[in-house]
Amino acid sequence: MRITCPICGERDRREFYYKSAAVALERPDPEAGDGVWNDYLHLRENPAGVTRELWYHETGCSAWLVVTRNTVSHEILDAVLASEARA
Amino acid sequence: MRVEGKGLINRGHPVSFTFDGMRYEGYEGDTLASALLANDVRLVARSFKYHRPRGILTAGSEEPNALVTVGRGARQEPNVRATVQEIYHGLEARSQNRWPNLTWDALQVNDLAAPFFGAGFYYKTFMWPKAFWEKVYEPAIRRAAGLGALSGENNADSYEKAYAFCDLLVIGAGPTGLMAALVAGRAGADVILADEDASLGGRLLAETHEVDGMPGAEWVREVLEELGEMPNVRLMPRTTVTGAHDGGTFGALERVAHHTIGRAGTPLECFWRIVAKRSILAAGALERPVAFRNNDRPGIMTAGAVRAYLNRWGVSPGKMVTVFTNNDSGHRTARDLLDAGVHVAALIDSRHDAPDCAGVRVLKGAQVCDSGGRLGLESITIRSVSGEDKLQTDCLAMSGGWNPTVHMTCHMGGRPVWNQDLEAFVPAEGAIPGMRAAGACNGVFSTAGCLRAGAEAAAEALDALGVAGGAVELPAAEDDPYRIAPLWAVPGKGRAWLDFQNDVTVKDVKQAAVENFRSVEHMKRYTTQGMATDQGKNSNVAALAILADVTGRAIPETGTTTFRPPYVPVSIAAMGAGSQGKGFAPQRFTTSHKASVERGAPMIEAGLWYRPSYFPVSGETTWRQSCDREVNMVRESVGVCDVSTLGKIDIQGKDAAEFLDFVYTNTFSTLKVGRCRYGLMLREDGFVMDDGTTARLSETHYVMTTTTAAAGEVMRHLEFVHQGLRPDLDVNFISVTEQWAQFAVAGPKSRELLDELLDEPLSEGDWPFMACGAVEVAGVKGRLFRISFSGEHAYELAVPARYGDSLFRLLMARAEEKGGGPYGMEALNVLRIEKGFITHAEIHGRTTAFDVGLEKMVSGKKDCIGKTMSERPGLFGDDREQLVGLKPVGPVKQLAAGAHLFNEKEEAVRVNDQGYVTSVAFSPTLGHMLGMGFLKNGRARHGETIRMVDHLRGLETYCEVIDPVAFDPEGGRVRG
Repeated sequence: MRITCPICGERDRREFYYKSAAVALERPDPEAGDGVWNDYLHLRENPAGVTRELWYHETGCSAWLVVTRNTVSHEILDAVLASEARA
Repeated sequence: MRVEGKGLINRGHPVSFTFDGMRYEGYEGDTLASALLANDVRLVARSFKYHRPRGILTAGSEEPNALVTVGRGARQEPNVRATVQEIYHGLEARSQNRWPNLTWDALQVNDLAAPFFGAGFYYKTFMWPKAFWEKVYEPAIRRAAGLGALSGENNADSYEKAYAFCDLLVIGAGPTGLMAALVAGRAGADVILADEDASLGGRLLAETHEVDGMPGAEWVREVLEELGEMPNVRLMPRTTVTGAHDGGTFGALERVAHHTIGRAGTPLECFWRIVAKRSILAAGALERPVAFRNNDRPGIMTAGAVRAYLNRWGVSPGKMVTVFTNNDSGHRTARDLLDAGVHVAALIDSRHDAPDCAGVRVLKGAQVCDSGGRLGLESITIRSVSGEDKLQTDCLAMSGGWNPTVHMTCHMGGRPVWNQDLEAFVPAEGAIPGMRAAGACNGVFSTAGCLRAGAEAAAEALDALGVAGGAVELPAAEDDPYRIAPLWAVPGKGRAWLDFQNDVTVKDVKQAAVENFRSVEHMKRYTTQGMATDQGKNSNVAALAILADVTGRAIPETGTTTFRPPYVPVSIAAMGAGSQGKGFAPQRFTTSHKASVERGAPMIEAGLWYRPSYFPVSGETTWRQSCDREVNMVRESVGVCDVSTLGKIDIQGKDAAEFLDFVYTNTFSTLKVGRCRYGLMLREDGFVMDDGTTARLSETHYVMTTTTAAAGEVMRHLEFVHQGLRPDLDVNFISVTEQWAQFAVAGPKSRELLDELLDEPLSEGDWPFMACGAVEVAGVKGRLFRISFSGEHAYELAVPARYGDSLFRLLMARAEEKGGGPYGMEALNVLRIEKGFITHAEIHGRTTAFDVGLEKMVSGKKDCIGKTMSERPGLFGDDREQLVGLKPVGPVKQLAAGAHLFNEKEEAVRVNDQGYVTSVAFSPTLGHMLGMGFLKNGRARHGETIRMVDHLRGLETYCEVIDPVAFDPEGGRVRG
């Protein structure tokens, strides 16, 4: 599997560290309530198809990326910097 | 036998080798298989299950029978296919799966008992008694049925892995691959051409076809010469592309030195990862045997293999050859043999409308229905409309048609499609992104068709790559049609073999269907059809066809047969190359490593780091003696310890303070410049992630320390929090763990030592506990932190790493002058347990700030990572297991980490569990063992007696629950 890092270019996936679904970027307000926090921390979709995931270019430029990937075909559809992905 | 005037072998260069101890001679260019056939050796193996005599079936890597063991001792390599093993001077090969020898194998009795050994035999027979399976049945079956054995010694060979990148990977160097590489190479694309054979050329080396008006092999030579001169083309012979993976990545196995005896400095094999923008699969086709009674006798081979042995290696596998075919390609074998002067007794063609063949009797509409002979073929029985006839022959060349080598196209889930005209599966279009199957592997069987397909595939790839390619003239070559009438199995009694490697017969497949294993996946598993190391390359399609026939379905309806990587067996040693011994994990050494080793300190692993366990001095015979001395030394005078392995993260920026407030539970924006603070970090789920001290060097500059174990995790976390959650903050950070060598100088005499060592003595009053600042040592700018992990008056002195070695030696010498010295991990651990300081033994991922007694460090005035969740019910309160100290009070004075805690009068079983012990040490300061652990409502239970049980070590004792800080609870020493 190859991921195109927006900073470093196309790299082998072994340079990257996988964290979780990109949902982790949407941190709720501290007062949002147990349900919202439970959702944020523990509940994840498990689609056969397109997902948005967080990958860290650990042995490269240290950028956190939001990688759009198809879990069926393993195709990497997109990779953008996490710092720019939230908007 | 050798045939004069034929073959591409070097007759001027004889090579001698042994097989089963007998010396033979072959020529340079021979494989073990061709050389054995040249020496009329037909019996080379015994079959897997029935121990049937077996010979060479094929001339390629798909060989199911001719598996041998090469080499001896630690270099012994089992299950080498004789068809790919090149011979060299001194090659030692032995047959396998026979005892006492190949011609008289005791276990051939299995063959007589065959009626009992059909499909599902093991499943049905070895059911009872159940306990017998592991102890009796399985070992016996494994001994009887088998392949070659490993030597049991450490592998003495070296292996490598390597990486390559290219625009276009061409897999297979037959006419299709060569043409594709030529077109792409001439256009200037970066091309890799890989082929598993030692000589590139594919079937052009095995046939008598002319290309461009010259012999095929001659055209190959010219093309290779041209490709060899192109700097943009890499030729990779002896390299089998084994798998197609995501993102244009391919696995490939290069057999670097299997063809030589001199292996010094050369790896035996190299496992490649090749990343290609585009790829062309030009893997050719594999010929199918025909199933008929006793079709596994040595001397019965595929017709294409017989041609290959004749045309490439100058060998005729028999003196009186017969050919049995259901398609036109078999006729070529007869023609080539006749042209070479070999006697061909008959050509049996199952088709009634078969063409004639000059010089040989063609029996049209006839079939071979049995074979005879003891350890090799002596006769065949031919069935035709006029009845059955026996014919003397010592070699039968059979062809059941050709299967395109679709394997690679299945590796990402693609399912091949049935082509009725070819009676074979062809690749599904687009099964591998960026890959185009071309030539024979795509169902194009003529030479001209392959050359055209290769050129077209290359043009398409160039187009996709955006490389301009010129027009290429296609060389002239034969363009014969491929005509076939299906013949999977000749009807009749007896056993007709499908999967030679796993000893699966037509009967077994039928039996599976009868027992309702009608799905191809079920049939496969029930009979083990196609599950040997050749993955059913020779047999899967025929087995499927028979299953289809028995179940009254068409082949496409019955299913497809798909393949997984690797295409050929790959040794674990090649895939794991470089990861043995010290290559298994990187080693990280501190700057004091050399000096520590010189002192005789045993080094222990701390993550990837190596740290001194203790520093023995003369007269000490156990680690405990050294450790106790070192602890006393720190408590009484001064000790020196390398703490550089702790993670150091340099944090700078306008918003550095705000950022730290967000990642730590406590506040760092209020920390004064020139001061340090202990910080606690949570995960977002509310559990403790890590702890450490962070120093403020200026308004906008902090240095954070992490634990050794969590340095990487914390760095990742900080980057995530910044980039993912707070990209608005103006802050930057970088790991400086390896840039600074840092040493703890701990003990009552630490101040005195530093005053003498530093260029300027520490000014009175400026260096209270938790102060930090710049200092100079012999003109070197360093940093000093007054922090302590021992509970003593202590400092940590940091200098740029290049001065680490000399500073450590200097510190040791100065400490020794004061009655101190270096201390290692053991003493460090005792010192912190005496003080109740936590490590990852305590913050192991399931403990909260409340559990370790640090809930007050979670600031109520601000948000931070993990705060919300740390407040959820269940993460605090009396039910939680809380950090306590433990002191043995019973007759047994031993404590053990990992032991569990129980109430005095309760049984030591899980439901009564009250907690567990995390860290223990003998405290020389207090004169008894000390433990740290977690106990339900532990903080309220100080003074209670609790029972400690270690079921693993069989240890039990009573402990008093005490405060985790067992020594100097007021902290007077650290501030003094």
